Amino acid sequence: MEILEEKKNKNRRYEPILEKIPDWPVYLLSKQRKSFIEEVAEKTVDRIVTTKPGKKAILDELESTALKEQNRLKRNRWRVDPKDEPKFWSDVKAKTTALSTDGNDDPEQARALLKTVVHRYANEIAGDFRPSYYRLAREITEFWFARLLNGARIKKFGAFFRSQYTLRDKIHVVGKVRMLRKLASKGTIIIVPTHFSNIDSMLIGWVIHSLGLPAFIYGAGLNLFNIKIFAYFMNSLGAYKVDRRKKNAPYLETLKMYSNLAIQKGAHSLFFPGGTRSRSGMIEKQLKLGLLGTAVEAQRHIYSEQSENPRKIFIVPVTLNYHFVLEAPDLIEDYLQSKGQDRYFPEKEKYGSLELLKFIYKFSTTGSSISVSIGRALDVLGNYVDEEGNSLDSKKQIIQARDYFVSNGKITEDPQRDNEYTRLLSTKIVGEYHRINRVFGSHLVAFIAFVMFQRMHPKLDLFGLLRLPEEDFEIPYDQFRETFKKVRKEIYNLKEKNKINYASHLKGEVEEVIRRGIDNVGIFHLKRPLLRNKAGNIVTQDLNLLYYYHNRLVGYDLERYI
Amino acid sequence: MILSDTSDKPVGVIGAGNFGTVIANMLAEGKPVLLYTRDPEKAAQMQSERLCRNIPLHDRIKITSSLQEVGEKCDVIFPIVPSSGFRNLMRELSPFLKPYHLLIHGTKGLDLQLPTGKSVESMRYLDRTMVKTMSEVIREESVVVRVGCLAGPNLSRELSEKQPGATVIASPFQEVIQTGRRLLKSDRFQVYENNDLIGVEFAGILKNVIAIAAGALHGLGYGENAKGLLISRGAVEMVYLGRALGGSTKAFLGVAGIGDLVATCNSPSSRNFTVGNRLAKGENLQEILSSMDEVAEGVNTVKIARKCAEFYKVRALITETVYKVLFEQLTVQDAVSYLMRYPLSLDIDFLDH
Repeated sequence: MEILEEKKNKNRRYEPILEKIPDWPVYLLSKQRKSFIEEVAEKTVDRIVTTKPGKKAILDELESTALKEQNRLKRNRWRVDPKDEPKFWSDVKAKTTALSTDGNDDPEQARALLKTVVHRYANEIAGDFRPSYYRLAREITEFWFARLLNGARIKKFGAFFRSQYTLRDKIHVVGKVRMLRKLASKGTIIIVPTHFSNIDSMLIGWVIHSLGLPAFIYGAGLNLFNIKIFAYFMNSLGAYKVDRRKKNAPYLETLKMYSNLAIQKGAHSLFFPGGTRSRSGMIEKQLKLGLLGTAVEAQRHIYSEQSENPRKIFIVPVTLNYHFVLEAPDLIEDYLQSKGQDRYFPEKEKYGSLELLKFIYKFSTTGSSISVSIGRALDVLGNYVDEEGNSLDSKKQIIQARDYFVSNGKITEDPQRDNEYTRLLSTKIVGEYHRINRVFGSHLVAFIAFVMFQRMHPKLDLFGLLRLPEEDFEIPYDQFRETFKKVRKEIYNLKEKNKINYASHLKGEVEEVIRRGIDNVGIFHLKRPLLRNKAGNIVTQDLNLLYYYHNRLVGYDLERYI
Repeated sequence: MILSDTSDKPVGVIGAGNFGTVIANMLAEGKPVLLYTRDPEKAAQMQSERLCRNIPLHDRIKITSSLQEVGEKCDVIFPIVPSSGFRNLMRELSPFLKPYHLLIHGTKGLDLQLPTGKSVESMRYLDRTMVKTMSEVIREESVVVRVGCLAGPNLSRELSEKQPGATVIASPFQEVIQTGRRLLKSDRFQVYENNDLIGVEFAGILKNVIAIAAGALHGLGYGENAKGLLISRGAVEMVYLGRALGGSTKAFLGVAGIGDLVATCNSPSSRNFTVGNRLAKGENLQEILSSMDEVAEGVNTVKIARKCAEFYKVRALITETVYKVLFEQLTVQDAVSYLMRYPLSLDIDFLDH
């Protein structure tokens, strides 16, 4: 099996833009952790009280929160939850009841109780960045990444611990790197990557470091903190904690305020705006607006509070491209179950230990490359910015982003408007994902093969098709090759129109590109999504997986050329 | 939300047609107004005579022929010009627009962008990449994002006579709706809000086609049964087509949909109704259009809507038939008997999903 190589690798080492860790915004944030948490709590309470004024409204909110929390403790308790949780919440409930019957309309005590709750949340959410941990965690991440991607050259067991190839050879960072570095010293960066795999956050963390940028803060699921060693890494890499079990308003407001204020203080941030990993393998079409909205809100605050040189926020879309996603079989299973309901019957067969061993062996003895495309930076309205950070209109004229928040000559606060702007921004980000997406040969062969299989059974819907036995599918090689050429040409056309991007290995002799594509698509899976049989024809061992990898190129209307 | 209204900046109105003038007069009851008309000589004349299309102008209206003045002096602007000139207007206005501007347009027509050398007739189909509503044109041609539209039954003549009326202001932005409401609302003028901008725009646009058909029935001397049938079937057709083009069912059932449809289909003072009416009386389209002083948007809309219906696979019988009457010499009489014989039985089925 051969590993795909890029033709030329322009990757190089970048000097850090801020020399010492003590200059990093994320470090400053954790140094003032206590006062920062206090600020988050105070402002969150203010916000909740403005939308729910009066003693009764606050108490109602507290009561429902306490009930939800007690319910959570009863049903779904985690190791990471503090020991005193049950006591805390029953206290809150008792105090709420006492306050609501004391016959007094003064909201002050209710407010104070709310503050205790919010403060507790803020304390839980806040990250704890420590420079020494950071350095160590970085080394370890780098080591494991090198192992993961470097396997192919390992001939002997001992070689496992040597790095013949550095990460820089295997991870291709392309796109607006210079711009990103420049803007990182002019304003606050928010990186918004696509999300396909659990290794995304480690990967993007490595990319940020290797581009010479200071550490970013990002929200990580609290469940990861159940495992002590993970907790250690997460904390040290600038993570703050997001608990998806808590859906109550005070918690969500605290979380958003944390992100909002951290951005306002200049902490570069990272969100996965799709929320969770893409189950279908498609590029995200809809983004979660909650955290993205904090960027818009933070920018409005900055404009209204800093009249001189307001610090600007830059949104940087990033796509991550893999030949192989480790958890693809589970993801696509999830997706099909949720879409198909009774039309989809999951296979219950699980891996035996021999398969598992085979898998681990393959995983550590082969390699695969990854590419990371950095998009052009946007302002919070989704306008492109230039390298100086100026917002540009569609005719490349400089515009004042501040004016978007102005009515009657003044900056005004209007949450509904912020929400609408967030929606515009998210549409723009999705468009950028498609534009900077880098087509791999492996994506393209999967896409074409699946669509051709579909065409063989025009009367079946997706679920009908997926139920057919894999042996029913075979495409004569010559026919596949001709189609491949046609679609590849269309991808070149799309690239001319600036609607997509492709990896340099996609060009070149067609037989070779197809061969490498087939060799690389889902390279480590036990059942390969695509292979050639003895007759040289195209077949599959796992149609679901093929569907998953095919999805990567959905949304470009390429079906028309097949 | 802070809606302080202390500024005495004038409100801009672009386009001194019937509707533009009426809106300018209504706005002037609360605010100074800058009314734009292209021709400087006409502007000077209007400014001195205080008359526009025989409608007396409010004292607080100032006429201008400079778009720069409108852009620089006004934060809120109402562009009300025919759809055929809308994009060009926006291109000229755009250099003077900033992200703080609010634009609320009052144009019930479609913009069409075709590949060079093509015409509506020579296109096999039309889709939404070529057909745009006015709010989309504003977004494409300027930096303004806070955009809305006026829709609903607001026949210019009735409004200028200060009869009771209502309008819908549609926008995804509450701020736009509230600003428009504050500027327009009065004792005799009610303002409804809707956040489905695209849906409301299409309701106002597509109803013009039905209005032509209503005029034709009237011209043949048919009575209320026929009209009731047309209006209700027309509404169904609008819902289907409008949904395919990106609106929600809700937008078509409100004031901007049914409300406007009923008003226009009963109104001899509506331009689109007039076109149908005179066709039925035996005049031909060219004569009718050349004798009218303002654009009947429905004539252009029917061409576009028909090709869109084809592409989105929506059955649009009335639109199709109106097209044949306007452009393919089908007589109104034959059109009616064709429609009456068409085998259809299901009344309404769009509320089920």
